[in-house]
Amino acid sequence: MTDTVAVTIQRGAAGETPRDDIFTVPYREGMSLLDALIWIRAHADPTLAFRYSCINANSCKECVVSVEGRTEYACTTRLTGGAVSVRPIGNKRLLRDLATDTVPPKEKFAAQD
Amino acid sequence: MADADTHLETDVLVVGAGGAGMYAAIAAARGGARVLLLDKSLVGRGGATIMAQMTVAVAMGEQAPDHWTRHHADTLTAGRGLCDEVLAALLCREGPDRIREMDEWGVGWTREDGHLKQVMAPGHDRPRCVFVDFLNTGPAVAKTLRGKVAKTDGITRVSNLSVTSLVTHDGRVAGAVALDLAKGNPVTIAAGAVVLAAGGLTRLYRRNSASVNMGGESYALALDAGASLIDMEFVQFFPIGHLAPRLVGMDPIMWDPFRYKLGGRLLNGNMEEFIHHYGATDSGAYTAPRDVTSYAIVREVAAGRGSPHGGAYLSFEHIGEAALRDAFGPVIDRLARNGIDLAQGPVEVAPIAHYHMGGIRVDERMASDVPGLYAAGEAVGGANGANRLSGNAITEALVFGEVAGRNAARDRIAPVWDAAWAEKAVSDITRLSMPIDTASGPAFGILFSELQNLLWDKVGLSRDEQRLTAALSRIRNMRSVDLPALHPRDSGPFAMGVQEWFDLRAALATAEAITVSALNRTESRGAHQREDMPATDPAQAHNQRIRRAGDDELVLDTIPVRRATIDTVSRGAAE
Repeated sequence: MTDTVAVTIQRGAAGETPRDDIFTVPYREGMSLLDALIWIRAHADPTLAFRYSCINANSCKECVVSVEGRTEYACTTRLTGGAVSVRPIGNKRLLRDLATDTVPPKEKFAAQD
Repeated sequence: MADADTHLETDVLVVGAGGAGMYAAIAAARGGARVLLLDKSLVGRGGATIMAQMTVAVAMGEQAPDHWTRHHADTLTAGRGLCDEVLAALLCREGPDRIREMDEWGVGWTREDGHLKQVMAPGHDRPRCVFVDFLNTGPAVAKTLRGKVAKTDGITRVSNLSVTSLVTHDGRVAGAVALDLAKGNPVTIAAGAVVLAAGGLTRLYRRNSASVNMGGESYALALDAGASLIDMEFVQFFPIGHLAPRLVGMDPIMWDPFRYKLGGRLLNGNMEEFIHHYGATDSGAYTAPRDVTSYAIVREVAAGRGSPHGGAYLSFEHIGEAALRDAFGPVIDRLARNGIDLAQGPVEVAPIAHYHMGGIRVDERMASDVPGLYAAGEAVGGANGANRLSGNAITEALVFGEVAGRNAARDRIAPVWDAAWAEKAVSDITRLSMPIDTASGPAFGILFSELQNLLWDKVGLSRDEQRLTAALSRIRNMRSVDLPALHPRDSGPFAMGVQEWFDLRAALATAEAITVSALNRTESRGAHQREDMPATDPAQAHNQRIRRAGDDELVLDTIPVRRATIDTVSRGAAE
C-alpha cells in the first residue's frame, strides 16, 4: 500500500495536440478517482476540466471518463495506490481535458437558435 | 463594456431542473406559457431529486385509512411549532393529486394486492410513504419528469447554463443573467416571471449527502433580488449518514432504507443502545425523530462513547446473511466491493447535512416578496418548520413545483428588457472569464473546504454564541477579502473557475444568513441546538425573516408563525 497515487491525465482542448500531465495525489483508503480529480483541481492545477454533479453517489452519471482504456465512472473507480491513467471518452466531442460534450442534443444552447 | 452576445426571451424562466423545476415547467406550459428550463448541470440529472432513495410521504389512504389532515398534524409536530401551516397544508392536501399524476405518467409506484404500497417512516402515525424501489425512487421520479418535460410543447431545456444573477427593474423581476459553462460567455434572459427551483445548501457543510448543485444559490439569488428568507437557522442533519469504512458509488444516506426494511440496531462505542436516554426509542425499530437521533449521537461522541471514527455503530449482524441477501439482493455485492459485510460486523454512521428547512419566504401561490419571482422545492422556506418530517421532500418538490409553475404562468407579464439592467451581472462574468497570468492568490478548493469546515464545526449540529460569532466574523472576512482576491485560472471551454467564483459568492451569502439567524435564536429547537441555551423557549415560537438592505447588510426580524385552520386553507389559486 503506497501513500500516494500517480494520476496521468490527458490534457488539452479540441483541436490542440493532447499532452499527458502526471499528478502525485495523496492516497487514502477507499478513495475514488473523482476524489483524486477534485484534489488535483483544489491543490495542484486549478485549470483541470472534468464533469461531475453529485459527489461519489453515482446518481448523476456525469463523471464518465476512460480509465486505462475502459469507459468508467470516476466516482466508482477505486484507486488502489500505484498509478492510474485517465483520458476523455472518445465517442463524444472533446471540450477540454476530461470534459466532453455529453449534453443531449435537445438540451443544448444551440437548440435555442 | 459589451452586452451579452446571446439574449433569450421567455414567458416563464425556471431556474433549476430537479423535481420542483421540472414540475414547475410542466405546470407553466399547461398554463399556456413559453417556458425556458435551465440547469447548471444536466436537466433532470443533477440536484437532490435524483439522489432521493425511497420514501415519499403522502396521505393516499391505500395501505391504511388516512386523510391529509393526519399528515398535516404529523408535519406540524415534527416542525416543533414553527411550520407555516398554510404551506404545510398545501403540501399535504395536494400531495395525493401529484402522486396520482406521476402514476399516470408511469413512474411505477410499488403496488401490493392491487393498491399502492405505503410504508411507515419515522414521525408518521401510520404507513404513509409510497416508493418505487428502496434505493431508486428519486431516479424514477426524475426520469418520469424528464420524459414528461420532453413531451410537453412549449418547454425549452438548456443544460450547463448557470444563472448567476436575477435581474430586477422597478422592484419586479425582469429576467436573469447566466453563464454558458461550455463556452464561458454570459447570456441574458428576459422573462415575464421566474421560478427559483435551484435547491438547498447542504454542500456548504463538510459532511453532506449533496452535489455541486446544492450550494445555496437559490437563497443567494433571492436575497440579491430583494426577496426575504425565513428559518435559515434550520439545517437538517440526517442522523445516520455513512461514516466508515469508506464507501463510494452510493449515497451516504443509504442506510435509511435499510433501516426501513430490516430495522438494524444503533449502538454507541460500547456496543450499547442509547437512544432511550434521549427521550426516544429505537431497539431495532426505526421510529426516533431525526433531530433527536442526530443530537443523541453527537452527545454520545462528546461523552467519549463514540465509535472509532466519531459516530455510532449501525449493526445488522442479528439479521443473518440469507435474510440480508433476500432483502437487498445485488446491493450486498456493491457493499462487498466497498469492503462491507453486514452479516459480519457493524458499519459506522454519523450525522450528515441533508436538507434545509429554511428558504425563500412565499405565500400559498409560491410567490416571493418580489413581484414576478416564485420559488419551489427545497428553495422554499417554512413548510417544514424547525425539523422536516421524513418523506416530505419529494412531495414538497412536486406540489410546490406545480403551484409555482401554474401561478407564474397565470400572473406573468409580457417580458420587457433593457440591457442596462443587466450590465453589472454581465460584466462580472466577462471580467472573470479573462485569464490572469498569476499563480498567486487563494484557490477556490481551499477556500470552499475552509468554509465547509467552518460551518460544520461552528454552525452545525451543536452551536453556541462564541463559535457562531467566530464563524460570522470569518464568513464576513471571506466575503470582503478572499472573494475579491479569487480569480479563475482557467479559461476557454468548460472553464470551471468562473462557476466556482459564483459558487463561493453564493455560498458565503447563504452561510452568513444561516449564521446570523442561528445567533439570533437564543434557544434550542428542532435542528437548531444551542449548547449554551439548551431549553426551548416558548416565547421564541416565531419565524425569523432575513433580507438584504443595500448592497451588503442583512436585516433580521421576527414574524408570527402563519397558522391555518383547515377551512381557511383555500385551494391555492383555484380559479
